[in-house]
Amino acid sequence: MVEYNDLIFEISRSGRVGSSLPESDVNKVDLQDKFPKHLIRDIPAELPEVSELQLVRHYTALSNKNHGIDNGFYPLGSCTMKYNPKINEDVARLEGFSRIHPYQPAETAQGALQLLYELQEELAVITGMDAVTLQPSAGAQGEWTGLMMVKAYLKEKGETRTKVLVPDSAHGTNPASATVAGFQTVTIPSNENGLVDVEELKKHVDHDTAALMLTNPNTLGLFEKEIVEIAKVVHEAGGLLYYDGANANAILGKTTPGKMGFDIVHLNLHKTFTTPHGGGGPGAGPVGVKKKLIPYLPVPRIEKDEDKYVIDFNQPLSIGRVKGYYGNFGILVRAYTYIRTMGPEGLRQVSESAVLHANYLRKKLEPYFEAPYSQICKHEFVLSGSKQKKLGVRTLDMAKRLLDFGYHPPTIYFPLNVEECLMIEPTETESKETMDAFADVMIQIAKEVENNPDVVLESPHTTVIGRLDEVQAARQPILRYTKEEAVEIDKEIVKS
Amino acid sequence: MTATYRYLPDTKQDQEEMLAFLDISSVDELFEDIPPEIRLKGELNIPDAIPEPQLMKKMHKLASQNKNANEYPIFLGAGTYDHYIPSVVNHMISRSEFYTAYTPYQPEISQGELQAIFEFQTMVCELTGMDVANSSMYDGFTSLAEAASLAVASTRRSKVLVSKAVHPESRAILNTVAGGPGYTVEEINLAGDCTDLESLQAQIDKDTAAVIVQYPNFFGSIEDLAEIKNIADTTGALFIVSANPLSLAQLQAPGKLGADIVVGDMQPLGIPMSFGGPHCGYFAVTKKFMRKVPGRIVGQTADEQGKRGFVLTLQAREQHIRRDKASSNICSNQALNALASSICMTALGKQGIRDMAQLNIEKADYMAKRLQEKGFVVANEAPFFNEFVVDLPRPVKEVNTKLLEQGIIGGFDLGNDYGFDHQMLIAVTEQRTKEEIDQFINVLEASVNG
Repeated sequence: MVEYNDLIFEISRSGRVGSSLPESDVNKVDLQDKFPKHLIRDIPAELPEVSELQLVRHYTALSNKNHGIDNGFYPLGSCTMKYNPKINEDVARLEGFSRIHPYQPAETAQGALQLLYELQEELAVITGMDAVTLQPSAGAQGEWTGLMMVKAYLKEKGETRTKVLVPDSAHGTNPASATVAGFQTVTIPSNENGLVDVEELKKHVDHDTAALMLTNPNTLGLFEKEIVEIAKVVHEAGGLLYYDGANANAILGKTTPGKMGFDIVHLNLHKTFTTPHGGGGPGAGPVGVKKKLIPYLPVPRIEKDEDKYVIDFNQPLSIGRVKGYYGNFGILVRAYTYIRTMGPEGLRQVSESAVLHANYLRKKLEPYFEAPYSQICKHEFVLSGSKQKKLGVRTLDMAKRLLDFGYHPPTIYFPLNVEECLMIEPTETESKETMDAFADVMIQIAKEVENNPDVVLESPHTTVIGRLDEVQAARQPILRYTKEEAVEIDKEIVKS
Repeated sequence: MTATYRYLPDTKQDQEEMLAFLDISSVDELFEDIPPEIRLKGELNIPDAIPEPQLMKKMHKLASQNKNANEYPIFLGAGTYDHYIPSVVNHMISRSEFYTAYTPYQPEISQGELQAIFEFQTMVCELTGMDVANSSMYDGFTSLAEAASLAVASTRRSKVLVSKAVHPESRAILNTVAGGPGYTVEEINLAGDCTDLESLQAQIDKDTAAVIVQYPNFFGSIEDLAEIKNIADTTGALFIVSANPLSLAQLQAPGKLGADIVVGDMQPLGIPMSFGGPHCGYFAVTKKFMRKVPGRIVGQTADEQGKRGFVLTLQAREQHIRRDKASSNICSNQALNALASSICMTALGKQGIRDMAQLNIEKADYMAKRLQEKGFVVANEAPFFNEFVVDLPRPVKEVNTKLLEQGIIGGFDLGNDYGFDHQMLIAVTEQRTKEEIDQFINVLEASVNG
């Protein structure tokens, strides 16, 4: 097969078009008559000029250089790369959902509002919360929304607390969200079992503690067994508990953040609720809260008034708006469709299978890799490549070797508190055969590290491109195509 | 486990084998680390599962309860527009190699996504006239707020000035965001349909981090960016412009008029209205701010053989490296919609995007002139793009009800946000035909006379 490596700009030829616009059925307008000269564009934007088929071939060629869940196993820990159902895609594209305007009168969008209202109600049940906003676009925005509510709640009580506690295993967005919300982050070290050290926590919790942010199960895939005690410690000091729902796939129908004692929760619909990750987004990060925080939820709220669904802006204590319109509606439609597909028993089975799969794969791999927390895990687990590192092969190398077998590697080098970390999340939608085959390859790689490390160190061997020079990319950034630079590169290739 | 589900592959035998391998008798044993007092008893109280055929019917029914732009000509804009989306867009973004992938952490098996983002960044730079663009933001509104935060952080000043002619939702979100780090947001008054430059001059000072305007502004009018830039320069404030990317096909690029940061939403180019989301924010800056941009950025590099390739780069800015020192917490973005937008821009091409923008200008111009001929007052004094404000003798709400009775979705009521409840903001895209426009005007005439 002939390799295709062109940029869309490089196949562009003046005069080609890939779309057809209608002829104008109204009077022509001469821009010079309408706009001041200096506000009229002088040099056209250099967009590509290709035919429709060229466009299709170009993007098809790009897609062929991309690995998605539909291509193969994607055990990227903490990202819950489960199957993205096709019906969800069809439903989101129905014209009654995709071609409606956010400002059209509420009475002309009752179906959309009903969907949003019901999704709010169901996510509240699933999380054990009293109310939910669907506005935040992603987990990180959900975190920030939650923390802004903490701030507003404390302010209303006449308190100013400045600290947000975050365990050392937390995702980077937790401390970043705390900063963006105007708090200071205090990092709490985990104990030798990978859990929050309650005694250590007690030392840090005081009258200045606004909230503790926690993922449960945590990023090591371990359930924080002392969560009830943790909640008590924080609440008694007057702080609130924030649940990062990144790992909610482990607990559906088994327990809820509400029961654990959390006051605020965000969910990542693109993880637990099957909406596609889209190559980086769009996702959705709804936030649920306990009763005392309802007045602070962002506006607008979607409410039910007898048999009508309404958009309510009248919330005087609200933190305000956090996102345009009503959130990522198209994503919310997909999540709603998924919840309807599974029902209560199905969702419980999702978590049971996810946890069974993770434990199965963990036990299969533990003899070959360092297992820093060898115990029952929830939906994911971590291994350490420290054994292999001593032989001169790093986790990064093993990850690259996995590419040769058509697997997306696990999350690597996260969480930060595990040396040479590999974080593996098989999800419930993978078959036992897939996990067995993956385990065989992991074991083969572990053996290669001992017997033939070069094959790992020099990997990947089968991908369309080798390891890329990331240092160069950051040192002399080329962040867009320009004709001049392309010419420069051509010259260099000729020279070499 | 009893019922079977099509997304769950485990057979009874699979389960038994896995349980046996784990040396346990039931999956419940894997949940024993959850303290009994917080375990759920019984199933979640949500509706039961629905088989695919019935569910599809149910969702069709729910969708049919919404009046959609295919059946109802729509004259609403105000930040979200009904535009032509070439069929290829949906086909290409439906390639599941794109939509079922995540952030391209492993570049060797993500070159497709990475190259697509690199091309998107290039197209955004071309349209805006800026040096550097990122891979996307949640939407145009949050992108504007991030731009303000960048300006505050990099100038070490504590106040931003935002024009009242900036979208009300942008200003609302900016106010929420500013409450985090605690900087001040001051609004600049209107002079008719544009930003009042005298007020701006009076309000700007040495503590002003940025001046923020919209182009075209919320009322559709084209602000004179050159004049605003001159005022911003008097105190060294950064100049932030929120721009409709389609309009930039015909309007001078903000980068050429002195903008430091240009933000906006790609929705007009290839993204369905979808009740307001997901859309796709963009974020572009001059070279000076390259290392302060929030979100993912893709850069070009080479592999060991010297072959061109693309990677996520300048990651030292981001939350996963800097944690609480990061200036933004953004992690996931709107990559698939950025892809949709790239494909749409490619389909339109260099000439097509100008033709489309021109059609918008002409249709809006036609409608405004027709309304004036019928005795209505168009409130815009400045030239406008595809949106304008018309004064009505009756409240907009009443007029919109009449329009809806005739199968037309009317314009945006300026009552709630500006207190002008007799003023309607009308958007006329290339999708609206002369016939639809004429019909709108007929109904309007009848409703104000009747």
